[in-house]
Amino acid sequence: MAFELPKVTLTLREAPSRLRTFLGPILAFGIAMLLGGLLVALMGKSPWQALDVYFIHPLLDSYNLQALALKASPLVLMAIGLSYCYRANLWNIGAEGQFVIGGTCAGAIAIFTHGAPDNTLWILPAMLLAGVMGGMVTALIPAILKVSLGVSEILTSLMLVYVSQLTLDYLVRGPWRDPKGFNFPVTVTFDPAATLPPLFDGARVHVGVLLTLAIVIIAAIMQGRSLFNFAVRLLGLAPRAARFAGFSEARITLIVFALSGGLAGLAGFMEVSGQINQLQPSISPGYGFTAIIVAFLGRLSPVGILVAGFVLSLTYIGGEAAQISMQLPLDMTQTFQGLLLFCILSADILTRYDVSLAKART
Amino acid sequence: MSGTTRRGLIQNSAILGLSLATSGVALAADPLKVAFVYVGPVGDFGYSYQHDLGRKALQAAMGDKVVTSFLENVPESDSERVFEQLARAGNGLIFGTSFGFMEPMLKVAKRYPKVMFEHATGYKRAPNLSTYSAKFHEGRYVIGQIAAKMSKTGTIGYIAAFPIPEVISGINAFMLGAQSINPEIKVKIVWANVWFDPGKEADAAKVLLSQGCDIITQHTDSAAPLQVVEKAGMHGFGQSSDMSRFAPKAILSSIVDNWGGYYIARTKAVMDGSWKSTDTWGGMDADMVRMGPFMNMPDDVKAMADATSAAIKAGKLNPFKGPVVKQDGTVVAKAGEAVADKDILGMNWYVKGIDGKVPG
Repeated sequence: MAFELPKVTLTLREAPSRLRTFLGPILAFGIAMLLGGLLVALMGKSPWQALDVYFIHPLLDSYNLQALALKASPLVLMAIGLSYCYRANLWNIGAEGQFVIGGTCAGAIAIFTHGAPDNTLWILPAMLLAGVMGGMVTALIPAILKVSLGVSEILTSLMLVYVSQLTLDYLVRGPWRDPKGFNFPVTVTFDPAATLPPLFDGARVHVGVLLTLAIVIIAAIMQGRSLFNFAVRLLGLAPRAARFAGFSEARITLIVFALSGGLAGLAGFMEVSGQINQLQPSISPGYGFTAIIVAFLGRLSPVGILVAGFVLSLTYIGGEAAQISMQLPLDMTQTFQGLLLFCILSADILTRYDVSLAKART
Repeated sequence: MSGTTRRGLIQNSAILGLSLATSGVALAADPLKVAFVYVGPVGDFGYSYQHDLGRKALQAAMGDKVVTSFLENVPESDSERVFEQLARAGNGLIFGTSFGFMEPMLKVAKRYPKVMFEHATGYKRAPNLSTYSAKFHEGRYVIGQIAAKMSKTGTIGYIAAFPIPEVISGINAFMLGAQSINPEIKVKIVWANVWFDPGKEADAAKVLLSQGCDIITQHTDSAAPLQVVEKAGMHGFGQSSDMSRFAPKAILSSIVDNWGGYYIARTKAVMDGSWKSTDTWGGMDADMVRMGPFMNMPDDVKAMADATSAAIKAGKLNPFKGPVVKQDGTVVAKAGEAVADKDILGMNWYVKGIDGKVPG
């Protein structure tokens, strides 16, 4: 043989060094920026301007920061919920559907109370509750099927996404259609009493983002401190050990699914009440699936998820700005998002494993 | 643009010119920034593609007096921020081309009273938010006649996107055109529930062919159904854009949306201060709807199609002229009358002769 491929060996490090863990993602981000800049330059545009438009400009004024917070809020909420499932080695792929049902249930209350006086204070709390419950029940279906019959939660939670979307679609095109809407598939617009108020006068961002922030903080404080968190991790890492320790696998499964469904439903409520202000055939541009990426980018930790949610939102908003001011195509944004993920996940491997090259023995 | 709106424009231009002059949007020296927001990709070669051709026509006509930009694939539920960013980026005129942009545009228009907005296919307006649409159903009447002449099996397949008034009125106009040639004609409808999904659209076409349809027409945006009928040796029609290059042997004609003229007129109106919130619904007479070349048909069918198009363009033929009867026998328009515009814009019923019922 004239040519031999070197053999790549990956060895799991006992404990990845703190420095590597810290520098890995930063280096990955830098490499992704470099590659992205190269692509922009190849398209004949200035990479410096692109850098400014994508990452600097959106952080400079209050309006853009608010837009960022609005976009990141549902992603972060759902990713926090999903992180509990994933740490327990349970695969809830259906946050999108739980979000949709949460939004639908919250919207139902807004629609049925349409015309109530503006000072009807119970409507928003009821919508919140309906949203959380809706998401929770949707998530519990795969959890119960898994616990009782051993059905794969990956398939059932994913399939329920389509059921959820079609349910909303049916309601909006049929019974809940705005009677004055020329037969178009939208419901009435929500009353002020069913709309989340802005954070301050004239703000774009609604009070819901405070709730998101509070949930991140609570999750961060609980992490590493509560018995429940320990049980979840143990179930994920060593299910047999978890059983010996007396933790009920079924109970944990039900709780983490309820938690993640409830948070997705909460996000759905915030989106319809704070942003869209009506129900329409589609209320999510795929937030539930993007949240899976956010959860892993944030390494399943609450603070990491917060950062990852903001970084990913930044690429969306920067990407729009680049389309507007530099006429860069949408494909560029999507390519860059892909590059970023690829680099960060590669860095992750290089952090956790030792890589050695050796000539393959023949 | 229809005659009535143009008259409205002139009447109110004086008042609005004054308010614009004081608002300082239209400074003569700076180019006007005009932005377009599309729900689909410009590469769909259908609906969004035609809007982008309109944008290019605008840029070509106005040269360095305007700067145009566009955003594609914008999800409707997440579009408010996009419109707001465009308003903040200094655009003086913003076009949104999908029905689902209605509420977001309405909200942003309220916050940016000095920016003019134009929403295609919607019905909510504001002092700085106009609506515009085209009478696509006029073209559907013409292709309905062609289909009835050309079909050997007497059964025509119809791929429809969503049961909204624009699509329903298209189905009805098509059927009325077809019935004017062959009262016994049958139409089979498949709901794709997407505007653009080549895979789904192609599957729908295959199903319809297997059910004995020999002509397929579509109210979805990709050229995939045409490519299926081309392979099967049957016939079809293009949607939104002249699609003859995708199916040179199968295509009979296309209904072409032509937005360029409207975009140029509205941009000029903003520049000279005569822009006013209006509702425009133009058809063949306003050149907003055109027929693509009539191809792959005998001369007599072509002559008929030419005559029908000319009659519609001249205002002599209204596709919804009476008698129009609903499936259940209710008379909507008696002979000598026509279905009212508002009933076409909110249409949720089929004309007699169509089997099945409107979903939803």
